[in-house]
Amino acid sequence: MHRIDSRDKKKLFRHEWVKFALFSLLIMILPVLFEGGYLLNVFIFVGIHTLLAVALNLLLGYAGQISLGQAAFFGLGAFASGILTATYGQNPWLMMVVVAAAVGLLAFAIGFPILKLKGHYLAMATLGFGIIVYIIFNEAVELTGGPSGFSGIPNLTVGGITFDSDFKNYYLIWGVTLVTILLSLNLVNSRIGRGLRAIHDSEVAARVMGVNVRLMKVQIFALSAVISSVAGSLYAHTMTFVSPTSFGFNFSVELVTMVIIGGLGSIYGSFLGAALLTLLPEFLRAFQDYDIVVYGFLLVFMTMFMPGGLVRGIPSLVQNLRARIGGGASDA
Amino acid sequence: MKRIVTLAAVLVTLFVATTVMAADPVRIGALFAVTGPASFLGEPEKNTLEMLVKEANAKGGIGGHKVELVVYDTQGDVTKAVQLANKLIKNDKVSVIVGPSTTGETMAVIPVAEKEKVPLISCAAGIKITDPVKKWVFKTPANDHVAAEKILIQATKLKQKNLAIITVSDGFGSSGREQLKALAGEKGFKIVADEVYGPKDTDMTAQLTKIKAAKPDAIICWGTNPGPAIIARNIKQLGMKVPLYMSHGVASKKFIELAGADAAEGIMLPAGRLTVYDKLQKNDPQVKLLRDYDQAYKKAYGVEASTFGGYAYDAFLLITGALKKGSNPEQIRDSLEQTKKLVSISGVFTMSPADHNGLDLSAFEMIRVAKGDWELVK
Repeated sequence: MHRIDSRDKKKLFRHEWVKFALFSLLIMILPVLFEGGYLLNVFIFVGIHTLLAVALNLLLGYAGQISLGQAAFFGLGAFASGILTATYGQNPWLMMVVVAAAVGLLAFAIGFPILKLKGHYLAMATLGFGIIVYIIFNEAVELTGGPSGFSGIPNLTVGGITFDSDFKNYYLIWGVTLVTILLSLNLVNSRIGRGLRAIHDSEVAARVMGVNVRLMKVQIFALSAVISSVAGSLYAHTMTFVSPTSFGFNFSVELVTMVIIGGLGSIYGSFLGAALLTLLPEFLRAFQDYDIVVYGFLLVFMTMFMPGGLVRGIPSLVQNLRARIGGGASDA
Repeated sequence: MKRIVTLAAVLVTLFVATTVMAADPVRIGALFAVTGPASFLGEPEKNTLEMLVKEANAKGGIGGHKVELVVYDTQGDVTKAVQLANKLIKNDKVSVIVGPSTTGETMAVIPVAEKEKVPLISCAAGIKITDPVKKWVFKTPANDHVAAEKILIQATKLKQKNLAIITVSDGFGSSGREQLKALAGEKGFKIVADEVYGPKDTDMTAQLTKIKAAKPDAIICWGTNPGPAIIARNIKQLGMKVPLYMSHGVASKKFIELAGADAAEGIMLPAGRLTVYDKLQKNDPQVKLLRDYDQAYKKAYGVEASTFGGYAYDAFLLITGALKKGSNPEQIRDSLEQTKKLVSISGVFTMSPADHNGLDLSAFEMIRVAKGDWELVK
């Protein structure tokens, strides 16, 4: 095995910090470019989707366990937060934590039997879970408002500030997202992260190396559910309205697409994937009725020519181009 | 480091400046579910509005203003609807928004319209949209409870006491179910069976067998195509002789086609006048407008006009009326609220500060299927 000596490690560590600082800075100054336009609003959803994509990437990209039920955790967070604050008048911040803990426990409980499965069977089990939760959202009309949705969810407040504008919500959501990204980076570069990657490559080998495979898979599944639930709570308080259709099977698939397009096993890749899939439809509106065709074509194109996702595909594309353009000059 | 540079490059290219145009003419924004599961609503709405704007501009616009229409497809998704409502208001600077097509999307967009102070004329039927009244929110389809009441009045006439209801599990069905149960209780009916089916179900025999066992005097089905057509056929297959009511959600020839003239025979439902305009009395104030709409729509798109497209037509007429008194959002809102006796597709609108829908029981006619066609129920 390759050994990283302490100097390399320090360099790596510093490198990560610089990257993260630049990324945060970029996110923090973005709103200046939007001048209060609607793109600011779209970027709030990029933030929420990044949160969800990072959560799924920990599970899918690092531990190699697929989940087609992520939208259910997102929805549980959104509906539970909405109902507890709007119907029962509880404190939104407290509820966000309580709900996230409850969703985490739920994931932990179902994780033990479900994560024994592999491949297609795991996909099917998580898919089934997602569908069950979706049906509950739809049918528990007295509680969730059923298919026509649940409205009247309060905005979050802290001290005297109410998060009721796009501008404030942008910083609220990106604040949470950046913290999550930082924690996730830390996690994947730790002993746990290496354990997860070992599970990804070979569960038997991981077990031989002393990784508690079963527990670790369930833990990361629960963590991913907790992050998704927090994203759901934030979504509910930002939108002030939730409807079951936002948490269906389609959205789970969209999340998997985000992670794969962005790059499996890359936290920043999750951001790229989330940003691309959220923003692309907006820019494709120029194609009017054909936007869906172009959208589909682009996705197919990207998966064919950038199988490692945007995060690896773009740099290699740039390199290729540079080599082709500057090829003659650098040879000389 | 290289990654950061590429990251930045991607982001910069993503922010291609969006076009900003001069706002001299009146800009109308529209949010319709043109694709996705609610496309049967969104598509005729979009077609109708585009047709009307073209017509109006050919005649020199409304009250001197040229009309610019910006239509976005929400795909029936609430998150997209909210984003696009923001886009219409902040980037396209529209003075009024028509849509969204479904109750869920409308409920999601309401906070945006209220906050940004732009009038919203929804094309969705849910009663929650205008009850309680919101300052900036109007809607054109009649409330679901008006249709439910129409059915129950007919049931009273026919002395049907015990009712079975079967509703679809989407926004339309759950709203209908709620209204039917509340009204039936008030009017002294007994609901002996309350069944639900999924929008994509292909066989409702199980629910109907349960209903059969409950021995109702009549069945009320609340849904949009194709579910109700399947129910009509299943009832026929089960040999049930119980009278069947449908909602206004299937008030088009398509329903008779899907169910088959045989299975549809005798089914009664409340419908907007557009469905039966050729059978109305000649002096009915709406007849001319309805005929014109149907013919113009057939000419432009080659298919029959639908009640759903009519919702967008109503919104356009409301805006046309409102524009005479000024074209900023505030003025439009105020004049929308003062709309009096506006003859339109869904009915005759009379708005007030306490009523932002403005339609009453007369918005619907009770009709019956007879030999593959509609007839008025007297």
